[in-house]
Amino acid sequence: MEIKLLYYLIPSLIMFCCGVYGFLTRKNMIAILISLELMLNSIDINFVVFNRYLYPDGHEGMFFSLFAIAIAAAETALAIAIIINLYRATKNIDVRDTNKLKG
Amino acid sequence: MFSNPLIYFVVIPVVMLLGIYLSRSMAQIRSVAVAGSILLTALSVWLIVDYLGLRAAGDMAPMLYRGDWMWFSALNIKLSVGVDGISLAMLLLSSIILLTGSFASWKINPLPKEFFLWLILLSIGVFGFFISIDLFTMFMFYEVALIPMYLLIGIWGTGRKEYSAMKLTLMLMGGSAFLMLSIIGIYYHSGPDVNGAAHTFDLLQIAANDAIPHNWQYFLFPMAFVGFGVLGAMFPFHTWSPDGHACAPTAVSMLHAGVLMKLGGYGCFRVAIYLMPFAAQELAWIFLILTGISVVYGAFSACVQTDLKYINAYSSVSHCGLVLFAILMLNTTAMTGAIMQMLSHGLMTALFFALIGMIYGRTHTRDIRQMGGLMKIMPYLAVCYVIAGMASLGLPGLSGFVAEMTIFVGSFENTNTLNRVFTIIACCSIVITAVYILRVVGKLLFGPVQDEHHLQLTDATWWERTSTATLIICVAAIGCFPNFFANLIRFTFSPDIFAVLK
Amino acid sequence: MTPINPTIPLLILALPLTMFLVLGLLGPKMSHKAAGWLGVCGMGTVLILSYFTAFTYFFSGNEAFTDGVNRLQYIVFNQDWLQFYDKLVIRIGFLLDPISAMMLVVIPTISFCVHLYSMGYMEGERGFQRYYAFLQLFSFSMLGLVVATNIFQMYIFWELVGASSFLLIGFYYQRHSAVSASKKAFIVTRFADLGFLIGILVLSYYTGTFNFTELTSAVTANGSYAISETTAFGAFSSFGGATFMGCSLFSWALVLIFMGGMGKSAMMPLHIWLPDAMEGPTPVSALIHAATMVVAGVYLVARLFPLFLLDDFSALTFVTVIGAITAFYAAVVACTQVDIKRVLAFSTISQIAFMMVALGVARPDIHHGMGYMASMFHLFTHAMFKALLFLGAGALIHAVHSNDYTAMGGLRKYMPITHITFLIGCLAIAGIPPFSGFFSKDEILTAAYENSFFWGAWMSMVAALTAFYMFRLYYMIFWWNEPDYSAHHHKPHDAPWVMTAPLVFLAAVSCVAGFIPFGHLVTWNGAPYTIHLDWSVAIPSVIIAVCAIALATFMYKKENPLPDRVAKATGKLWTAAYNRFYWDEIYLFITHKIIFNCICRPIAWFDRHIIDGTMDGFAWVAQRLSIAIRPLQSGNVQYYVWVYISGALLLGVVTAFFMI
Repeated sequence: MEIKLLYYLIPSLIMFCCGVYGFLTRKNMIAILISLELMLNSIDINFVVFNRYLYPDGHEGMFFSLFAIAIAAAETALAIAIIINLYRATKNIDVRDTNKLKG
Repeated sequence: MFSNPLIYFVVIPVVMLLGIYLSRSMAQIRSVAVAGSILLTALSVWLIVDYLGLRAAGDMAPMLYRGDWMWFSALNIKLSVGVDGISLAMLLLSSIILLTGSFASWKINPLPKEFFLWLILLSIGVFGFFISIDLFTMFMFYEVALIPMYLLIGIWGTGRKEYSAMKLTLMLMGGSAFLMLSIIGIYYHSGPDVNGAAHTFDLLQIAANDAIPHNWQYFLFPMAFVGFGVLGAMFPFHTWSPDGHACAPTAVSMLHAGVLMKLGGYGCFRVAIYLMPFAAQELAWIFLILTGISVVYGAFSACVQTDLKYINAYSSVSHCGLVLFAILMLNTTAMTGAIMQMLSHGLMTALFFALIGMIYGRTHTRDIRQMGGLMKIMPYLAVCYVIAGMASLGLPGLSGFVAEMTIFVGSFENTNTLNRVFTIIACCSIVITAVYILRVVGKLLFGPVQDEHHLQLTDATWWERTSTATLIICVAAIGCFPNFFANLIRFTFSPDIFAVLK
Repeated sequence: MTPINPTIPLLILALPLTMFLVLGLLGPKMSHKAAGWLGVCGMGTVLILSYFTAFTYFFSGNEAFTDGVNRLQYIVFNQDWLQFYDKLVIRIGFLLDPISAMMLVVIPTISFCVHLYSMGYMEGERGFQRYYAFLQLFSFSMLGLVVATNIFQMYIFWELVGASSFLLIGFYYQRHSAVSASKKAFIVTRFADLGFLIGILVLSYYTGTFNFTELTSAVTANGSYAISETTAFGAFSSFGGATFMGCSLFSWALVLIFMGGMGKSAMMPLHIWLPDAMEGPTPVSALIHAATMVVAGVYLVARLFPLFLLDDFSALTFVTVIGAITAFYAAVVACTQVDIKRVLAFSTISQIAFMMVALGVARPDIHHGMGYMASMFHLFTHAMFKALLFLGAGALIHAVHSNDYTAMGGLRKYMPITHITFLIGCLAIAGIPPFSGFFSKDEILTAAYENSFFWGAWMSMVAALTAFYMFRLYYMIFWWNEPDYSAHHHKPHDAPWVMTAPLVFLAAVSCVAGFIPFGHLVTWNGAPYTIHLDWSVAIPSVIIAVCAIALATFMYKKENPLPDRVAKATGKLWTAAYNRFYWDEIYLFITHKIIFNCICRPIAWFDRHIIDGTMDGFAWVAQRLSIAIRPLQSGNVQYYVWVYISGALLLGVVTAFFMI
């Protein structure tokens, strides 16, 4: 059985939608962060897969996904640091209550 | 660069800034301010003498003491300086008012050091504006002169100072926005520069190229005129003036009404009319109506005010309206009159605001209904006030008369009906001016003493006397020897230089 | 050879100006006596210099001043002051011609008398030095006005005269009445000057010159002052028949210039300031508001008389009508006033109107333009006897400390010198020979009759009223029962010599001035002629004057109920005349109710609420707008993402729609 491009894309899409759903509905910031990771990873899958199927000669997609993974790691560390600090200050990491930076 | 004398109009204030920054006592601040402004006055007097010498020797260039230094070559922005008789007269006016303003703020409190720093920064803007002939540099100095105003009024002002400072700054900034647009428009239609660049900011070059298309002039002229007109208190953009003046501290009122408002009139003819002669001729009538209204409207409004500073602010609207009005007449005599009116109004209104500040400092009120008979209590200040009033209502021998007469005679030269009608309307202002000046003089200075507490007040101190006497001497000098100033000014308004006069 | 050393005319102007500056700046450091005598000596010097100048002009016979027969205009110096354009230049100069030379006699004479008199009258007043400084300023301005070589110089000094009048009326600046009187005087005359200014603008625009010489005389080879009507006039022809509202622009210019004269000379309807101007010290009233400044309007018309002639007499008719109405009005009002200075003020208005009428009826073809000469003659004699009357009134006021005739009465016993001199003044103004008023008034009446019987009869009637009200005043002051003088710490008595000497001098002049051969000195074209008394006019007018005096004697010789009965009988008319026919009320209504309340206040309101409101409105809108969109920035991250995703999807859908 030939493994088509679509077989990769559909799980990736499902992952992405889960991420979006989670991002929009979860109140816990950690959960939001996890949802964010889900979205990023689905994009990484897309990068790799598109690279493999559409431009098999090049490696740009691979590099991009490696970059994204590295940056996502850094970003997650940062976000976790913010969340921890927030928790220390307010004992609360509900996203609905952290709107002090509004205009 | 430092061989050009004009640069020192910026260098000296910068040195003054440094000196004031390093000063440790009030006495040092004062001496730096006074010494610096005396130096500036001397420099401008020397330049006028030298300038007349050069002219007499037959130098016919539109601007003398030229200097060009490239600043930002990609856009062909230069620091170019040069002056003619008008700029010199304005420089003299500014330095005298800076000098007398320093005397008038002898006891400024609180934060004297900061006050003088901002004041001198403001004067850098003013001096820079008058010496530059590069549109961009001119605009930059213009903004430098506007911004310190906000702090000077907001911090050292009285009454609703935050509101007034904000209003003044925002309205003038609104004007600047128009101006900016217009300057960019002029730049892109300026035609090539002598150094090969495609566009130029150089005033003389733009005027010589005369390359701005007529349909663009229709668009750019009103923007430039309104942009400067806001600063020149043109109806209906004048309302920053009463509030701003009323809340400003004495020296700031003096400098603002005396010099900064002149930037408006100066810009109107130096940028709007000089660069866009076609639109000036086509569209003058619109602004003629607005300024004509300014003249009588300001005077009528002044008749019923009760706050001394409001009266003078409205009177400034009327007098500055006359400046713009005369500029729009587009003939040599009227435009000469306009510049003389700028000089006259600058000195006279500075005198007024100085006196009002001094009176307010004693009585702690500016309401004319609560004062009376000050002639008996403080004769020196009262006599000065009467002299200022007489200058304002155009008594011969003082500056107001010669300026107004030159304007009226010049305006009457225009034969078309609109100009004639508005000339006659503007003439009516001499009567209304008399009404509001005499109303104040009668209520404030004459009559019985209104408030017994005022009887303890003292007359002017020596620095106040110096400040007011200097201004009175200048007002009388213009009034008695007007031909000297008229000749200084008239050269520029020749058809060879101003295309619009052809 | 120079006909006159230019230093002398220069000094005539420079000396009072210097004195003003010296007294004004250093006065407070001087004693009263020193300042006063300095002023008197300064004016004395000016007096000598001006007499010298005038006499040189009239009698030296120098060919610069006369061509053997006619008198010429001579410009002593003429300095550029302000150049407008090539041709139009304001110059400050010194013009000698018959009328300016005559004024050079009148002004310093009266001014000197007043300077001397004030030494006594103002003794011990606060601001004595200031008073003398202002007097000097006034003398300077008035002299500058009369010797003006061009109309703009005249306007300059015209304004200066107005300002010094303002300062002197408001001398007692702590009194409300003085302050408002000075304000009124300045503003009313300023309004008139607006007309003058516009007139100058029109005239100078079309003729391209301010100079009197060029305006008034045709330029002939020898620069002669002589004018013939047939000469083509540059001034007139340059108007090229331009018209405005049905009248020629030339007439408009002249009428507007005359409006300036109406203001200064207190002609109807701009007369209202003069009675109030009596709030100033009495010597000031004598100098400014009787003898010199108020005749400036007459002088102006006389100065431009050749121009007025060119205008088909329409402007001159205007002058005549205004003058005649004013003369009658003022005379009627003067009959009812109780304040002696007000009576004199209205009498002044009436007499100046006489001069105006004389100019208005003057025609060059009738008796060598006799009205002109009569007007100038009357100006001269009136200056003397009216100054005399005012100074006399000042002596009375000084003695009883009141302006009201009820505080006086029977004073002839206490103040004999004042009495005699005042009587001479009254006789002179009433037109009884041989006093000076008779001669000049007779000339005016003759000229009026020559013009038309109507004007002659009208002016005769005014002359009768003049005699009546002057003697009414005279009897009430000197003959009525004396009030209780014991309230004063001393009985009234004659003033010190510094005050009586001017009175005696002026009285002497009033006695003999009528015999001056004025026709030889001052005529409209400089051509001398001999005055002949026209007995057919002189005798009736003397009879009329005597009858009027007799009537006044009958009614007012002794205190009696007759005047009150007359007042009651005439009822409303009397009240109206007593209230000056409500002119002041009309003006108050116009200025306060209409101009202040219906123009100034709405404009101020409009400015604060509409214009400023619009500007504040912009700020308000900007603020509202930002408040309105602020909730979008809620701070809720999930909300942002919602918006982001919806936006992204929308964009995707739209893009897809357009691509497919």
